Amino acid sequence: MPEETLSRAQRAAIVRDSLGVGVATGAYGVSFGAVSVAAGLSVAQTCALSLVMFTGASQFAFVGVLAAGGAPLSGGLTALLLGTRNTLYGLRLAPLLRWRGARRLLASQVLIDESTAMSMTRTTTAAARVGFLATGVAIFVLWNLATLLGAVAGSAIGDPRTYGLDAAVGAAFLALLWPRLTDLRNRVVALAAAAVALGIVPLAPAGVPVLAAAGVALLAGVLTSRPDPTEFPEAR
Amino acid sequence: MTWAAILLAGVGCYLLKLAGLSVPPRVLQRPVAERVADLIPVALLAALVAVQVFALGQDLVLDARAAGLAVAVGLLALRAPFLVVVFGAALVAALLRLLA
Repeated sequence: MPEETLSRAQRAAIVRDSLGVGVATGAYGVSFGAVSVAAGLSVAQTCALSLVMFTGASQFAFVGVLAAGGAPLSGGLTALLLGTRNTLYGLRLAPLLRWRGARRLLASQVLIDESTAMSMTRTTTAAARVGFLATGVAIFVLWNLATLLGAVAGSAIGDPRTYGLDAAVGAAFLALLWPRLTDLRNRVVALAAAAVALGIVPLAPAGVPVLAAAGVALLAGVLTSRPDPTEFPEAR
Repeated sequence: MTWAAILLAGVGCYLLKLAGLSVPPRVLQRPVAERVADLIPVALLAALVAVQVFALGQDLVLDARAAGLAVAVGLLALRAPFLVVVFGAALVAALLRLLA
């Protein structure tokens, strides 16, 4: 990977694209804040999730399991399982970003879907670092501000069901899943996982059905051999 | 208990990110491990959609949330932005409950 310096114009173009993605994604934080408070978490707990966990699907999953009456432990396990994809992103990006020591420790926190999508297509380390940091830091700042806003507004409005916020959670999960459904095997896995989860709902405590559905991924991964063409989400 | 789960899972999610940037790439480059890891988000998100929309405690129900999901599918097919999808689903569910 050539270590080139970027011209000012190249850097500005990457930053502009990254900030666009950052603003659009950061704004989702409002829906997370509102949904989390609706699930029964306090404003402080909601903000702690966005600051410390900082990976959208895991955060929505954590509050989703709690909203369904699941134990915090089940919510945490589901969040961790969903967080494993960031490890894969890191494995792909490590040779491109080439950070060490304290910089790597800091950069890790903003290793998410969007920062990966905005850096993995770059051909130089310098360009990848600019795309990664501009996207990651913009989303981190805006996501946390938006979370606070949504949580405060959400706790002030009363019963969230009146506003359909319980329906918003399912829609948010589907929107996160949607880009992966262009692939036939992923569709089959998604339908099977949904069926397994619903089949277990009457039999087990909340949280268990979602964890059990991970077994479908295990089975499909062992039984099929084709790599997944939809692995990296497109930047929105 | 909730605080402990938030902090443990939060720190765990950070360590998963750090591990990705720190581990030599060949460790996870066994094809089966890679495929399973790729498919886990698909399975978990699909299960979360199903449980979030059709479960009420330990019962399976069809209520305003299902109408919200149908609207979300339509909006996603039309390539609507994330916020439009999420709040569109909420709006339809809220209106249905208002009418009921």
